[in-house]
Amino acid sequence: MELLLDYPTLRVIWWALMGVLLIGFALTDGFDLGVAALLPFVGRNDAERRQVINTIGATWEGNQVWFILGGGAIFAAWPMVYAVSFSGFYLAMFLVLSALILRPVGFKYRSKRPDPRWRAFWDWGLFVGGFVPALVFGVAVGNVLQGVPFRLDSDLRSFYEGSFLGLFTPFTLVCGLLSVTMLLTHGAAWLTIKADHGPVRDRARTIGSVTALASLALFAVGFAFVRFGGLGFSLDAGADIAGPSNPLRSGAFAAPGAWLDNYSLYPWMIAAPVLGFLGSALAFLGIRMGREPLAFGGSSMAALGIIATVGLSMFPFILPSSIDPRSSLTVWNSSSSHLTLFVMLVVTVIFLPIVLAYTAWVFKVLWGRVTLDSLRTNPDLY
Amino acid sequence: MRNIAYTNGAASKESLMDLAVVELSRLQFALTAMYHFLFVPLTLGLSFMLVIMESIYVMTGRQIWRTITRFWATIFGINFVLGVATGITMEFEFGTNWSYFSHYVGDIFGAPLAIEGLMAFFLEATFVGLMFFGWDKLSKLAHLGVTFMVALGSNLSALWILIANGWMQNPVGAAFNPQTMRMEIVDFQAVLFNPVAQAKFVHTVSAGYVLAAVVVLGISAYYLLKERHRAFAIRSFTVAAAFGLLASLSVVVLGDESGYALTDNQKMKLAALEAMWETEAAPAGLTLFGLPNLETRSTGSEIKIPYVLGLIATRSFDQKVEGILDLVAVAETRIESGVIAYDAVEQLKTDPENLAARAQFELHKRDLGYAMLLRRYVDDPRQADEAAIRTAAWDTVPNVPLMFWSFRIMAGIGFLMIAFFATAFVLASMRRYETRWFLRLAVLIIPLPWIAAELGWVLAEVGRQPWAIEGVLPTFLGVSSLTVPQLWTTIIGFTLFYGVLAVVEVGLILHTIKKGPYAKSEDQHPVDEPVGPIPVAAE
Repeated sequence: MELLLDYPTLRVIWWALMGVLLIGFALTDGFDLGVAALLPFVGRNDAERRQVINTIGATWEGNQVWFILGGGAIFAAWPMVYAVSFSGFYLAMFLVLSALILRPVGFKYRSKRPDPRWRAFWDWGLFVGGFVPALVFGVAVGNVLQGVPFRLDSDLRSFYEGSFLGLFTPFTLVCGLLSVTMLLTHGAAWLTIKADHGPVRDRARTIGSVTALASLALFAVGFAFVRFGGLGFSLDAGADIAGPSNPLRSGAFAAPGAWLDNYSLYPWMIAAPVLGFLGSALAFLGIRMGREPLAFGGSSMAALGIIATVGLSMFPFILPSSIDPRSSLTVWNSSSSHLTLFVMLVVTVIFLPIVLAYTAWVFKVLWGRVTLDSLRTNPDLY
Repeated sequence: MRNIAYTNGAASKESLMDLAVVELSRLQFALTAMYHFLFVPLTLGLSFMLVIMESIYVMTGRQIWRTITRFWATIFGINFVLGVATGITMEFEFGTNWSYFSHYVGDIFGAPLAIEGLMAFFLEATFVGLMFFGWDKLSKLAHLGVTFMVALGSNLSALWILIANGWMQNPVGAAFNPQTMRMEIVDFQAVLFNPVAQAKFVHTVSAGYVLAAVVVLGISAYYLLKERHRAFAIRSFTVAAAFGLLASLSVVVLGDESGYALTDNQKMKLAALEAMWETEAAPAGLTLFGLPNLETRSTGSEIKIPYVLGLIATRSFDQKVEGILDLVAVAETRIESGVIAYDAVEQLKTDPENLAARAQFELHKRDLGYAMLLRRYVDDPRQADEAAIRTAAWDTVPNVPLMFWSFRIMAGIGFLMIAFFATAFVLASMRRYETRWFLRLAVLIIPLPWIAAELGWVLAEVGRQPWAIEGVLPTFLGVSSLTVPQLWTTIIGFTLFYGVLAVVEVGLILHTIKKGPYAKSEDQHPVDEPVGPIPVAAE
């Protein structure tokens, strides 16, 4: 069957769409994670904490679908990536899933009983539900940049030879902390928009300006690790970019420092790290000056830039193997079939705009600051 | 290493998998999936019942229907969060615990899951917040629209998940590609319009509607028994009785439809749930009762209704329904043919251009999965002897007594539900809401639809064993390369975590029921709540 787009083009499009989904997740559910992790610190009493929770109470559920859809889309478009990464990071995934399960129940169940101990328990549950995923996602990305200890046998069954504690190295911890500070900044920026003027918003501004600067510094430290720690992989020249998705047929090898090669190869890619730094700086200024659009725009730009930096630095690698580089998964060897990529693209082109449209409508209906007064008068609020 | 191109054969193949890992992975999947499905059917059904109740509110403008909608929405919300929360686990569990499955069929199986997220889950999750928080921000009609979107989203969600599951039962529209060592899609429409998926969808959502109706009816009956919130309870009762009667008829009638679909591609499942060892002369009889015996491979003390099974399963008087023994013989020949395909694939690994191997593969590819059944006994199926082939052929028989009894209990509850809702409907029509024996029964019966729903999944999933994908990939090959301690960690973790959540959930639902529909300050308890029969706008 003749399809409208050729195989390599579809692979690049789906590589980019994977980035769109991850960035979509960071921009939307990212502030929910940040707000949840900030909850015990920006709210000091029950009323304040309810105010914090209700800034995201009605919309976090839709935002979380970016995460679920990310999982589904990777399964559909990059089945080998889905299979190798989630089984390899087995216990880390369990940790993330448990933390994420705490979130929906935390939101819903906390409000059902007035008992202070009950509420304090769920406050910390929500904190865990925000902090742990943010940290683990960053650590996981750090591990991907380092190379993951897996190999494939001739049936393409994957074997993971790392351990849970092995996931934590100085570099991956920097990545984890960067992810946390990035999302805390984004959450704080959201609170400046959504929480009424008062103590909650003030505390969010204080914490947010610190985390914005920390993001800036950690992003720079991350770059130093990549540059001087010699991270990187490279692909044999002449990879068959339209060939069948079989990792064992492409030659990849460890090439220290190669993660920065793309920036000399394609200079326009420098835009991504620039956005990462600039966004963090703008978020800092916006939060300090109390300029909400600047703060939220800055923290969004930072998340976009930082995530795009990781993807662009590694291109065409998606999941390099540290113990058997030959097994590495790249854009050219681990996608779904030509037909599946095409069908899924058609579905996405139709439905993603619809999703964005009704999401925007829902946010518009729910627009406006959450005030302490509204908590007393509106029985629907959490 | 990097100079070796085209050397799949050089990477050694790992030997037999650890069967403890397989069994624990299955246990974890069963636990998390069955737990997830405790919440899903109530979401499916209650969301549409909310649409009905709120429609009555919009049409009549009567405050009581607003109160009714909001109370059931509270119950819906408590249940919904756990459905969503446990669904997150499911979306990633194929990758974490079934990674070879994910690689092997992700090209087909991943698509409906992704479409589910994009088309259905986004819809329900985005609007559900507005459904709870938008009462004062939207017009009545707009809010009803939002509630409808939630119902539509959750039911579409079920559609895509069941298209995925239907493909596991009847893997149409796909073929094995030796170059990528996996199944790949060849006909997307065939996957989409898989008859098994359609039958499953209608059967499953109808079961969800029955379950929700039982819950609404049961709680309303409780209030009537306690003589509380009468105006609220009788209206809820009436809606549930009508909705439940339609749903319980559809779940049984359309359950038959999935029995019909079985004959084309899952004859073994049908033979197992009927404990039918020998092929019977057409038309076969339906076994009402019996004692299946695995040792003697026969069923004792059978009570049979003549002709019925043949009619249901083949829709004819002259086609036979094949028994287990004959199907095992078929499996044996398919294993032998599959070994030839397997040999061709191994040759193609080292030499993709080998034309003789390609031709050999094309001839036998539909049996490739059967050869893989042998990997339970030998590392290389080509080395298997007669005895191993015979044992592997018998592996294609699922657990007969479990199937036999699960089916009878599930179907029995299904028929009971029809009788139950027919009675409820008659009582509601006659405005006899004080029939105490029925009200007590309505409370006691609440757990039954859950039992039927879970047994339905037991039939679908245990009935498919030993396959993860019918005829394509044996379950034991689908697992991730994990260790026993890793699996115990997550099984114990999930069990404790889910256990605590279940206790909290039930506690909150009981608490909500106790507080009643007038707990929220603005929905004031009507001072002059009328007594006696009230004209109900539901019909």
